[in-house]
Amino acid sequence: MAMTRVLSTTLAAAMAALLLGAPARAEDAHGGPVPPRVNWSFAGMFGRFDEAQLQRGFQVYKEVCSACHSMKLVSFRNLTQEGGPHFSASQVKALAATYQVKDGPNDSGDMFERPGRPADTFPPPFPNDQAAAAANGGKAPPDFSVIAKARTFSRGNLTFLYDWLPFVGYTEQGPDYIHGLINGYKDAPKDFALPEGGHYNLYYPGHIIAMPPPISDGQVTYPKDDKGQPVVPETTEQYGKDVGAFLMWAAEPHMMDRKALGFRVILFLIILSGLLYYVKKKVWADVGGEVHGLQPELHKAW
Amino acid sequence: MANTTAAPADASHDGSRRDFLFLATGAGLAVGAAAVAWPFVSSMAPDADVIAAGAPIEVDLTPIQDGQIVNVFWRGKLIFVRKLTSKEVTDMKGVPLSAMIEPAAFDSRVKNGHDQWLVVYGNCTHLGCVPIGHQGNFEGWACPCHGSQFDAVGRVRRGPAPINLPIPPYAFQTDTKIRIGEQGGKGEA
Amino acid sequence: MSGTASTYVPKSRVAKWFESRLPIVGLVHSSFIAYPVPRNLNYFWTFGAILAAFLGIQIITGVWLAMHYEPSATGAFNSVEKIMRDVNYGWLLRYAHANGASMFFVAVYVHMFRALYYGSYKAPREVLYILGVIIYLLMMATAFLGYTLPWGQMSFWGATVITNILAAIPVVGDTIQSLLWGGYSVGNPTVNRFFSLHYLLPWMIAGVVVLHVWALHVTGQNNPAGIPIKSGKDAVPFTPYATVKDVFATVVFMILFAWFLFFMPNYLGHADNYIQANPAVTPAHIVPEWYFLPFYAILRAVPDKLGGVILMFSAVIILAFAPWLDTSRIRSCNYRPIYRQFMWVFLGVCFLLGWLGSQPPEGGYVIASQICTAYYFAHFLLVMPLCGLFETPKPLPGSIVESVTGPGRQISGAGMPAGAAAAPQVKG
Repeated sequence: MAMTRVLSTTLAAAMAALLLGAPARAEDAHGGPVPPRVNWSFAGMFGRFDEAQLQRGFQVYKEVCSACHSMKLVSFRNLTQEGGPHFSASQVKALAATYQVKDGPNDSGDMFERPGRPADTFPPPFPNDQAAAAANGGKAPPDFSVIAKARTFSRGNLTFLYDWLPFVGYTEQGPDYIHGLINGYKDAPKDFALPEGGHYNLYYPGHIIAMPPPISDGQVTYPKDDKGQPVVPETTEQYGKDVGAFLMWAAEPHMMDRKALGFRVILFLIILSGLLYYVKKKVWADVGGEVHGLQPELHKAW
Repeated sequence: MANTTAAPADASHDGSRRDFLFLATGAGLAVGAAAVAWPFVSSMAPDADVIAAGAPIEVDLTPIQDGQIVNVFWRGKLIFVRKLTSKEVTDMKGVPLSAMIEPAAFDSRVKNGHDQWLVVYGNCTHLGCVPIGHQGNFEGWACPCHGSQFDAVGRVRRGPAPINLPIPPYAFQTDTKIRIGEQGGKGEA
Repeated sequence: MSGTASTYVPKSRVAKWFESRLPIVGLVHSSFIAYPVPRNLNYFWTFGAILAAFLGIQIITGVWLAMHYEPSATGAFNSVEKIMRDVNYGWLLRYAHANGASMFFVAVYVHMFRALYYGSYKAPREVLYILGVIIYLLMMATAFLGYTLPWGQMSFWGATVITNILAAIPVVGDTIQSLLWGGYSVGNPTVNRFFSLHYLLPWMIAGVVVLHVWALHVTGQNNPAGIPIKSGKDAVPFTPYATVKDVFATVVFMILFAWFLFFMPNYLGHADNYIQANPAVTPAHIVPEWYFLPFYAILRAVPDKLGGVILMFSAVIILAFAPWLDTSRIRSCNYRPIYRQFMWVFLGVCFLLGWLGSQPPEGGYVIASQICTAYYFAHFLLVMPLCGLFETPKPLPGSIVESVTGPGRQISGAGMPAGAAAAPQVKG
């Protein structure tokens, strides 16, 4: 018996040594600053999108990002979504009409342009990826439709153990990264070799990003409140938060429905499993009760 | 299973509570199963994109000649736009209601003041084939599949089709332009 | 199924008429109602039912998703996003399918651990067990094919990497690869045929599951004591005792499923798969889904293409040889003090391999992967045969009832009629 204990303890110690020894090297290779965690209104089990914030975020996207970044999977009509940006139908119709959309062919076989309709998707700023790449130094700016789900970062090797748990879980890496990136432009450290046309960004993988700082303080003028006062500061920090929230909505428009349904489903399942537990207990009582876990004589031995 | 040999002592007075527990649990499982079915059924309905894409279309009437039938599509459905000749208008106005399978006056088939223009769905009301224009005995359409015949304003005159070709929602924007997909007048969505 | 004589007696005339022509009600009755179940089964034994539930969930959500999915290189990504955005409850169907696959593997790994820990692979259940290994292989193939279908970056590069693995097979590798691709690289024909195969394989799984259940009902279930049913007292009828326990466990497991589905739907996936496939750019870290990570670590532990591939496939295939590698006379680890400890170490090594598979293939990670890979195989090739020869097992209880109550004590309540219970365990 003692021998087997020694055996298992040794093996466990060897595993632990490997486990703890390996990450030390990894930190050097893949470490780096982690984007700060924003207190998003949509995080957590009861998270809700802030409609006003989504409207501001859309404004930032429209006035700044959309010059280079397409959003091909999102339609104008989506902007009317309740719990989303919740613009009125007439606002969206007017907005769509300010875009020219390619349509056709018409009866004579020609393609033509017409004013956008709510059913149309956002027209991309470039006709195709090649044109986008050519106009942007060889690399097409990524599409923004699902960007908030397509970006993440590592906070360390073992966070996966608790990131999925209720209450302490963390799934907002995407919008945190977007907010971090927008605010992550810094002067490169002295010994950092920054190539021509590159920009130093704290949170971009490898730190060399082709995109110049996209936005600066005061660049977007937000609507004022009733008294003519700004509702939120017009700073890059705030723009990053607003556009991060907007892009999260664009990537996951049904998130609030999902969480609301999930809460009810899990509540139902918990109640049902409670009932089933007692049903099982009653049923098994007829044969002298159910046996749980290890066998009695084993409890003596172990 | 049999608890004949050693029934628990409290089984008798516990019976109704036990029945209730079993009933409640069974009901819970049934409700859960039914609720799960709903998303599956619902997902088969037209999706948001399909619904939104059913926007009204505009048709320019100027190129259409007397007697010509033009095909257009709205929401993926075929629509005939037909310019009636003055003879067809006169003939159609003269058909007695008793001669029809689904009686409908001429005025109910066209818009007020636009007697020459007929707009109808282009699928036979029998089983959905496309009737061929200017065929049959009624100056209208004849369906190649099962022999139904429609007159020049799309009223069924010979079976097996049970009803007239339905009229989609449309409105005249100007005398030479119609908008299919909405009932009202100008400037609506 | 065929192992037990049916005790079902049709009552009505219609039922008699039908039963004499197709005895399916009797079959169901003998398999899922009167079937004798050892009374000492613990919750490890509910995972068969949980797996059956997930096979159903995956097939049904999959059939519904196929109504909206477009299997083409240009349409796949957008059609998946259309499901997420525009189809009523499309997000629910897709997240249920994606997370359902993960939960399926959680359950199958518990089920497999159960089989290894309690010696369920040992005679007379070898065929039952090997059918299980075949189901696992089919599940892996199905999951891989399914993961390529959204046609994101991980889909594309996963398909590229795995099809290149097959190219390592001598002589026929290149042919197999180009037959899978339908072109000169992973592309439109590939996603089209992967969809077809992804739709096909689950039905094959369902077919093998029928055989698996059939084999189970011939040999009877193993149990934590690893000893056969000897008298009616040792067993209880499947319905209601096992059914109610299975339903309870399944509903509890669904809570975990619902948590991921509704609150962490992308946690088990990869962010890169929300970027449309791009043949010109490989993601920084190519990592398979979590359930393949241990095998991925084994693949990368060897700095040789063919060697890595052989080792990876061997890691799965070796499972099928467990019945003959294990020399122990008794089944359950509960009575095997030394092997029991090795079993837990083996589990730890599997977890460690999984974690190593998610790390970049460099430095200490590779060395750790190599050590763990060696241990993985040593468990089957050395520990299993040697432990059986040298270990002194603890005394087995006289019967299942005795394992529950302790020696010489009685249990209240009835079990099965003795004749019915003894039948399935032909040579246990």
